Amino acid sequence: GALSQSSTQAVNGVSHRGKVLTLDSMNPNVKRVEYAVRGPIVQRAVQIEKELKEGVKKPFTEVIKANIGDAHAMGQKPITFLRQVLALCSYPELLEDNMFPEDAKKRARRILESCGGHSIGAYSASQGIECIRQDVARYIERRDGGIPSSPDNIYLSTGASDAIVTMLKLLVCGEGRSRTGVMISIPQYPLYSAALADLGAVQISYYLDEDKCWSLDVAELRRALNAARQHCNPRVLCIINPGNPTGQVQSRQCIEDVIRFAKEEHLFLMADEVYQDNVYAEGCKFHSFKKVLFEMGPEYSSTVEMASFHSTSKCYMGECGFRGGYMEVINMDPEVKAQLTKLVSVRLCPPVPGQALLDLVVNPPQPDEPSYTTFMKERTAVLAALAEKARLTEETFNTVPGITCNPVQGAMYTFPRITLPQKAIDKAKEEGQVPDMYYCMRLLEEEGICLVPGSGFGQREGTFHFRMTILPPTEKLKVVLQKIREFHLRFTQEFS
Amino acid sequence: MSKMSENGMVSRAKVLTIDTMNPTVKKVEYAVRGPIVQRAVELERELSEGMKKPFAEVIKANIGDAHAMGQQPITFFRQVLALCSYPELLNDSTFPEDAKSRAHRILQSCGGNSMGSYSASQGIDSVRQDVARYIERRDGGVPCDPDDIYLTTGASDGIVTMLKLLVCGEGAARTGVMISIPQYPLYSAALAELGAVQINYYLNEETCWSLDIGELQRALDEARQYCNPRALCIINPGNPTGQVQSRECIEDVIRFAAKERLFLMADEVYQDNVYAEGCQFHSFKKVLFEMGPEYSNTVELASFHSTSKCYMGECGFRGGYMEIINMDDEVKAQLTKLVSVRLCPPVPGQALMDLVVNPPQPGEPSYDNFIKERTATLSALAQKAKLTEQVLNTVQGISCNPVQGAMYSFPRITIPEKAIKEATDKGQQPDMFYCMKMLEETGICLVPGSGFGQKDGTYHFRMTILPPNDKLQILLNKVKEFHQRFTQQYS
Repeated sequence: GALSQSSTQAVNGVSHRGKVLTLDSMNPNVKRVEYAVRGPIVQRAVQIEKELKEGVKKPFTEVIKANIGDAHAMGQKPITFLRQVLALCSYPELLEDNMFPEDAKKRARRILESCGGHSIGAYSASQGIECIRQDVARYIERRDGGIPSSPDNIYLSTGASDAIVTMLKLLVCGEGRSRTGVMISIPQYPLYSAALADLGAVQISYYLDEDKCWSLDVAELRRALNAARQHCNPRVLCIINPGNPTGQVQSRQCIEDVIRFAKEEHLFLMADEVYQDNVYAEGCKFHSFKKVLFEMGPEYSSTVEMASFHSTSKCYMGECGFRGGYMEVINMDPEVKAQLTKLVSVRLCPPVPGQALLDLVVNPPQPDEPSYTTFMKERTAVLAALAEKARLTEETFNTVPGITCNPVQGAMYTFPRITLPQKAIDKAKEEGQVPDMYYCMRLLEEEGICLVPGSGFGQREGTFHFRMTILPPTEKLKVVLQKIREFHLRFTQEFS
Repeated sequence: MSKMSENGMVSRAKVLTIDTMNPTVKKVEYAVRGPIVQRAVELERELSEGMKKPFAEVIKANIGDAHAMGQQPITFFRQVLALCSYPELLNDSTFPEDAKSRAHRILQSCGGNSMGSYSASQGIDSVRQDVARYIERRDGGVPCDPDDIYLTTGASDGIVTMLKLLVCGEGAARTGVMISIPQYPLYSAALAELGAVQINYYLNEETCWSLDIGELQRALDEARQYCNPRALCIINPGNPTGQVQSRECIEDVIRFAAKERLFLMADEVYQDNVYAEGCQFHSFKKVLFEMGPEYSNTVELASFHSTSKCYMGECGFRGGYMEIINMDDEVKAQLTKLVSVRLCPPVPGQALMDLVVNPPQPGEPSYDNFIKERTATLSALAQKAKLTEQVLNTVQGISCNPVQGAMYSFPRITIPEKAIKEATDKGQQPDMFYCMKMLEETGICLVPGSGFGQKDGTYHFRMTILPPNDKLQILLNKVKEFHQRFTQQYS
């Protein structure tokens, strides 16, 4: 309090004490949080962009931000139908305007009718607009071949991140050796590690198998779990499918194995399925955890506790800025569910435009509707372009000695392994940098390409990677891939 | 821990139960959407299923949601949002040029010229610049750096983020945060969840809910015995009380915070909602800077604003910002890092905030209409504030302070002993008992004062002043009749 102060300083002749809020007196968990996707390399990229704007000469004319899964920023176009409905909802006078098709107007009217005062400016129910949750439930039922989904188990959220953090928060308890442990894949999307650090939960890393296209091995799950039991109370298993950053699409067999494992070991399952429409590779298919769970019969489907997550930020929509998302909770204890409902009420509600957008994603134009043809055309074009770019990326990287790229089976990223010469590793150490950060920083400064080093996602000791998005338009992507190729050869040469 | 289920299968207890979940989450309460509202929603369902009730509709006067109560959005804002959502409309001649030019500017500052891109985590650069300029204009030229502005998902997001940063220590060194009684229960909820210590300072009901430094001192000195007080939160204009603090009071609070080394959090989301004669909104930042460098160079302050209130009422967009003043640079870097994990606030909300701080100017095509709509909304609210105070004060057993600002009345109610007893026997707070009865008998949903905090032995409710005038009149009369009936019933 007032009596315990750190050093005093005089400024302008006015003496004052140290600040109230300093690095030493702030929340220690927050200091442990890292989020590489928008971390130091991106801050440098933004700085360079500013320098370019101010006319500073660089070896490149633009910075390419291939660090983040932001499709629109890379030139992907929004789906016309979705934006038409959003415009109609924003400014309902447009319902009189005959430039808008009837199916768009119909959906806008339905959404507005479910809003307080028929305005998207009203707070919604904290769990999300009811008719949208109903639409989400129906979408899930259709997707999963008829397996029932209750709207009451659907919670709309501010992007999938919001719901993921909320679930993790609910799960964390205990002290010391009984502190909740949460299993996450290595490599992982660093929201998970950040949230665990913030919550003071224990991170339990299980390694995906790079030699087998980043597949998940239950033996490895078991190894990680048994080791963890010595220092924490493992209670949760997180899986991202299709994977981020790896892009692997898990086989149905694997998903069954994970569910079986979760049941045996009494773990709450969190299935991050935000890339469920982003599946490219031949022979790969998205299997929803819920569907597989129910097909395994009541011994599993009535017992395994699970939450699955979806978002409007990825797939073919790419509407990151709207922060739309949902989670479905399965087999949750009713008392805990009441607590969850109470918890989300404190933040009032998720953004209504994002909720409206989600409604359109789960309730898109149907074959007999006016917007159907254009909708399908746009959707197909986006997904086909992504598939093409996934293939091109893998192909190109695999021609570079010292870069090995697993097939990009799905999602939006490539996570190739890079061989770094020992001299480069030494140089990085000298600079106080992790080797793949050093590599990526050099690439940024020399080519203006911003990637995220593998160390930001986790990787096996002694291996190095980077994550690059496959999102730039094809022609630009070719240029980017070429430049990386050239950089890698140069870099390898320099440190040989 | 196994048990037999109905079909003969042995099952264990669940992984996630009330006993194995996060204990601080269990301590969280949020009355504004609490049990009484859940009952109100149930009643609405029953009504829609054709059940007979003593009323034809449920009136949700529990939450500061203007649009839900019939307030119209500002035309200009919605035009720009439509243009941003579907830029093809930029070719549509029904939209005025000033709306188009703002839409253009917003879209150009978005990745790929689309609102669907993630923005910078601190918020779109040009919007933060506009916010800074707005603050400078509002505060008579006191400089504002866009780098000190963080756009947020409603003000709630910024408030929780700041509280999270501030919480540290164990046991008697645990961070204590001073909040007003009564308060907006986001604060108590956030403190419970973060496991911080809540330090209550009582506003003075007899002097129109004003803040008394003597009371701040009392609360602080006492709290020092069991925690480490580090932050002082104040809501001005107040929620639920509606008081608009005098300039002198604000100076006193700043002086107190400086002297006692407290981080000041000024929740100013109702800054345009000031109704009473002689009352004026004084921004904490402005007062701070007018007190000279001894204060303006040292006092650490965060102030919060939102698109949910004022004359916009755009709650559903979740737009907001906070301005941080005199924050340690290293902590600021941590703050920037922390907000990056959630990527960015919703871009439609950021766009809306841009329009709020950069509205139509005299000479622009939309100006007249904009001012007309804004004035109409604010004067309607002023009217309703007055009506509410007036009517409630005609009821014996209800005593209502002037609604100087914000959107609520928080009248004190006298509850007969017999009713208190019945409530207590039922395990209910007396004012919850009262409000529940009112809900069941009249369909009017209010929030009991116990949800906000009040002096022991006093009872209140919070009611919004938002329903349209004629509906509000009916509402107030029903509340009056109910109170009289209730008092009679328990005499």
